[in-house]
This record gives sequence, structure tokens and C-alpha cells, in this order.
Amino acid sequence: MTTVASVGAPGVPSPVMIPATRRRIRLPRSAKVITGTTLFAIFVFLAIFGSALSPYDPDFITTATNGTPQPPSAAHLLGTTNLQQDVLSQLLTGTRPIMLVAFLAGAAATVLAVLIGVAAGYFGGLVDDLLSLLINVSLVLPALPLLIVLTGFLGTSSSANDPLIALIIAVTGWAWGARVLRVQVLSMRNRDFVESARLIGERPWRIIGFEIMPSLIPIIASSFLFTVIYAIGTYASLAYLGLINASHWSWGTMLFWAGNLQAEQSGWWWWFVPPGLAIALLGTALALLNFGIDEFINPRLRAAGLSRKAARGAGLPRRFRLGLTPVTARALEGTDLADSAHDRAIPDTEIPR
Amino acid sequence: MGTVKALARKLAFYLVAALIAITIDFFIPRMVPGNAVAAQLANLHGTITPATLKGLYEEFGLSGHQSAWDQYVHYWGQLLHGNLGTSTSFYPASVSSVIGGGIYWTLGLVGIATLISFALGTALGIVVAWRRGSVLDNVLPALTFFQAAPYFFLAILLVALLGTSLHWFPLLGGYSITENPAWNLGYVQDVLDHAFLPALTIVLASAAGWTVGMRNVMVTTMDEDYVLMAQAKGLPKRRVLSYAARNAILPSVTGFSLAIGFVVSGALLTEIVFSYPGIGYLLKQAVLNHDYPLLQGLFLIITFAVLAANLIGDFVYVFLDPRARREA
Repeated sequence: MTTVASVGAPGVPSPVMIPATRRRIRLPRSAKVITGTTLFAIFVFLAIFGSALSPYDPDFITTATNGTPQPPSAAHLLGTTNLQQDVLSQLLTGTRPIMLVAFLAGAAATVLAVLIGVAAGYFGGLVDDLLSLLINVSLVLPALPLLIVLTGFLGTSSSANDPLIALIIAVTGWAWGARVLRVQVLSMRNRDFVESARLIGERPWRIIGFEIMPSLIPIIASSFLFTVIYAIGTYASLAYLGLINASHWSWGTMLFWAGNLQAEQSGWWWWFVPPGLAIALLGTALALLNFGIDEFINPRLRAAGLSRKAARGAGLPRRFRLGLTPVTARALEGTDLADSAHDRAIPDTEIPR
Repeated sequence: MGTVKALARKLAFYLVAALIAITIDFFIPRMVPGNAVAAQLANLHGTITPATLKGLYEEFGLSGHQSAWDQYVHYWGQLLHGNLGTSTSFYPASVSSVIGGGIYWTLGLVGIATLISFALGTALGIVVAWRRGSVLDNVLPALTFFQAAPYFFLAILLVALLGTSLHWFPLLGGYSITENPAWNLGYVQDVLDHAFLPALTIVLASAAGWTVGMRNVMVTTMDEDYVLMAQAKGLPKRRVLSYAARNAILPSVTGFSLAIGFVVSGALLTEIVFSYPGIGYLLKQAVLNHDYPLLQGLFLIITFAVLAANLIGDFVYVFLDPRARREA
């Protein structure tokens, strides 16, 4: 990812120069980040209270069935399945498993990525060669087929073992983060502040933990979100394929049942649109947060994302001009990079056409 | 000289990757706790010949006569002879013939859809970056949605909207049963009709990734001095744009290796939604019927295809970027 390279750019203060109180990472307050955070907060709320808010038990067969799903009504806000189970209740109950699996997988994969990526970048030599090979091979092996084969053999369809599934997803999803971290550590290894820590006689784990790690936090956060998005899609896919116990309610299992009874060909949209939309919205929320982190890392992307009104307010020309990097104080609002940007403000000069 | 060396290094890497994939494929059935495989094989008594069953027991290391190393060597021997075993769900067909029946559908569909999506997505990324600050910036959040939605959900939506409601396209399969599979115009037209929705799904879902990636690199590249220089010289806008774009596309070519695995995975699920007669559909059949030999064979074939696509991407990169040749 090219956005990452600019962390090491000369204009960005290195962590040792920032007083400890200012080292907090605050995301730019852009519309994207606000939308992402709000959406995400709603999903967290539903994951915690969803099953308590469900009007019915997701398995409860509400009326004698004639095998035809009923469209949304006052009694069933999102209609019913072919067994007359309440779709809204299934949707609410199904929030928790997918969030738990996704965040567990994201956390486990991030730990793996940090351990392997940082070790490869910091120690170099043979360690780097071997770990890089491991990272690159993991990157090119297609994950979903491997997961399908693994879960197929493990027989996870008979029991819902969410933590196990989360760990398997993590094993296939850590390499991207490790690669990005390795490159970043490689570029920091010989910087002055790391060199001087080494000269003082600091032990490697302390240099990594206290000198290098703090400036890796945005990248780690970004790779964590990336893995969570990946885990959401993967868990939903595995459930949709019927590789996860079909009586364990999650958004993927809802789609599995809807697909099995050919809801999409029968026009029963209220059955498959809510869970699919929920997956997409949760993914979008996390991706929007990731945009925020990207913009935090690379100020150029931030200015490019300014709204028209904001750009005019910041005194930028209406249309961008080539060679003019609109890194504005306005765009940097809410980040701890704001002060350094004032010093580097780029004059608004006309460029000959 | 440098070119050959760089290409040889890439080739060696993918050989190692293939070796590891084959080894993983060997170990997966042997790592399974309990005896899920043995239980499934026991179900097959009576449906397949005793000799085949004995072969299956040996293939999964359940006969207990051979050491793990001997089994591994035997497995390699079988593989080098192109023998992937016998499918239990399509019995008595061999795994290779079952896969052979599906692979061309997948190669055609996924190959063409991926090329279209790469071209479209990259072009859109260039335009969005070039006109940054305009209304086009609003394209990005919309694209994020397509990126976050699982392939199979987009596929379901397209079936419901364009297939069921509007009846514009056939819903399922790779061709109509009524068509006689021969190389005439009617059949080709029929195959294209059936491929349209699955291909549209793959393009919609994967183009967003190329667009966002290309746009982000392009925004940075447009601030490079040589782009400013080109502009200052008074070159036409189109020339300036092409200079910037040609340099910005390099990371996209590198990113191909990361993306192609995702695209193939998504495409397999898309096939399942459309009951498209390719590798994804076979994968689902193998999982449903606990057809372990077919499952193993499919994993190998999919992995090899992804590795081959990567190798091609890397070779293209070596030719595009002189720096890649110098490093080696």
C-alpha cells in the first residue's frame, strides 16, 4: 500500500519528538469517519442487545405454516420465512455471532501479523528471508478454497464452534498485515532514534515495543479493520455454503436458508435483503473508518476528500491544480499533525498552463 | 540478463508455493481430529467396489500399513502421474475428469470478468483522481459498499432484480438444456446470455477495489515533479494524464497477487448462486456429499490456477518496470 510509505516521510514527526500527552491518535472528523463510526456503534449495540430486543425467538414458528413466506406486516416488521419464523428476530439474534467471530479473527490475525511482520523487518537476514517466504506464500494461496476444504474435513457443520472458526479464518488472513508491517519496520530499523536506543544497549524487545511500535499503531489499526472486514465476508460465505451449523443463527445462515428455498427466484426479498444488507453495511462502516486511518496516514488523500464547501473555506481553488498538494490546516483539524502542517503550508500559486 | 534472472527468481518462488500447497493438501485430511474421514468412507460400503474403497483408505492414511513418509511419497507419485483419485460422489468418474468438465466454464467466466473489471476499475480510478474535488469524489463511498458486500449477495440481488423481476436474463446454469451443445450461433448466444449475470456480479464486486487503489496511487503520483514538468512544458492534458497513469498503475499490477485470490474465491461463490457448471459448483457438491478426493483435487487445481495468474502478473511487472529487472 503506497499510503503507508508516507508515515516515514520527513515531514511527519517521529514518535520520540512528540510529548507523551499528544501521542493519541485522533481520526479526521470527516463525513466518512462520522458515518462509519455511527453505523458501527449501531451494530455494536445490536450485537449486545439484539437477542434481548428480538420480538420473537428466532426458531419460534409463529403460525401454522403453509410453506409460503409472508411479506412484512405489523406483526412481523421484516416478514417471515417459509416456516413462519420472524425474519427481524433472526436478524437481531444473528448480529452477535458474526461480530464476535469477525473481531476474534481480526485480533488473532493482527497478533500474528505483528509478531511475524515486525520480527521479519527488525531482525533481517535469514529470519527475514524465511518469514518473508512464509508471508508471501500465505498471500498467494487462495484463502476461501483452503477454508472450505478445512471446514469440510473438520465437519464444523454439525456443531457451531465459533472460536475455532475464527482462529481458522485468522490463520488465512494475517499475511497482508504482516507484509505491510515488515516493510514499515524495515524502513525504521536504521533511523537515528532506533540506532541510538540500540547504542544505549536497549534490548531488542524493548526497542521494538517502546520505540518502533508506537508509530506502527495506525498501520496495525488499518490492518486490523481490513482483517475484520475479510472475516465478516468469510464467515458469511462459509455459513452461506452450509459449512457452519445451519441452526446457529447468523446472517450467513439466514442467507443459506433463503438460498436453499430459492427465495431470490420467488421474489421473497424480505428474507434475503436484510441479512445481506446488514453484512454489506457493517463492512462499509469498517471500510469508512479505514478511510479515516488512510487519511490520517497520508494527508494528501485527506485534502482530496474535502467537500467543496470545506475546500472553499480553506481557501483552496475550486478545481485542483497539478503539482499543488492541498494539505490544509482545515483538512488536518482534529489530528495531532495539525501544528506541523501550519509550518509546511504550501502557497497557493498559479501554475502555468 | 537481469530480466532472465528476475523471471527465474519469480518462477522459483511459485514452485516453492506450489510445493507447500501440495503438502498442505496432503496433511489436511490427516490433521482432522476424530475420524470424520473414516466415518464417511464407512458410509460408502456397497456403493463403490472394495478395491476402490481400499484405495481411498490408503489415500487418506487410514489403512495403517504405511508410515507417514511412505504415504507422502506415494501421494507425490500419484500426483506426478496426474492421478487425483476417484470421486465418490460422481463415482466411477475420476477426480481429474470431473474437474476437467468444469474448469473451462470457470476459466472463461472468471478470466474474462477479471480482465474487464481490472480495465474498468483502473480507468475509473484514473478519472476520479484526475477530477478530484468534483462530484466524482462521491463515487468512492458508493464503491465501498460494493467492495464490502459479499459476492454472493450481489449475485442474489442480480438474480432477484434482473432475472426474476424483469426476466432479462436466464437465472441458472451455463446453457439451456434445450440447446444442443454445438458450435453454432444459437448455442454461443445462449452461453453468453447465461454468463452475463455471473460476469456482471464479478465485475461489480471486484472493480471497486481496483478503482480505490488506483485513485489513491494516482492522487500521490500527480504531485510528482515530472507530472508538473510535463504540464509546465505545455503538453496536452491527455499526454500528462497518461504519464501519471502509466506510473500509477504499477502498484495495481503488484496488488494483483493479493486481489486475484479474493476474486477467485468470490467467483466460486458466484457460480454457486447461479448454479454455473464450473469449479465453484463442483466445490459445493464435494462439500455436500463429503467427497474428500474431489475436495482435495479442487483445492490443488484452484491453487495452481491462482499461482499461475500471479506468475503472469509478476512477469508482466518485470517487463513494465525496469527497476524490477535491476534489483535481481
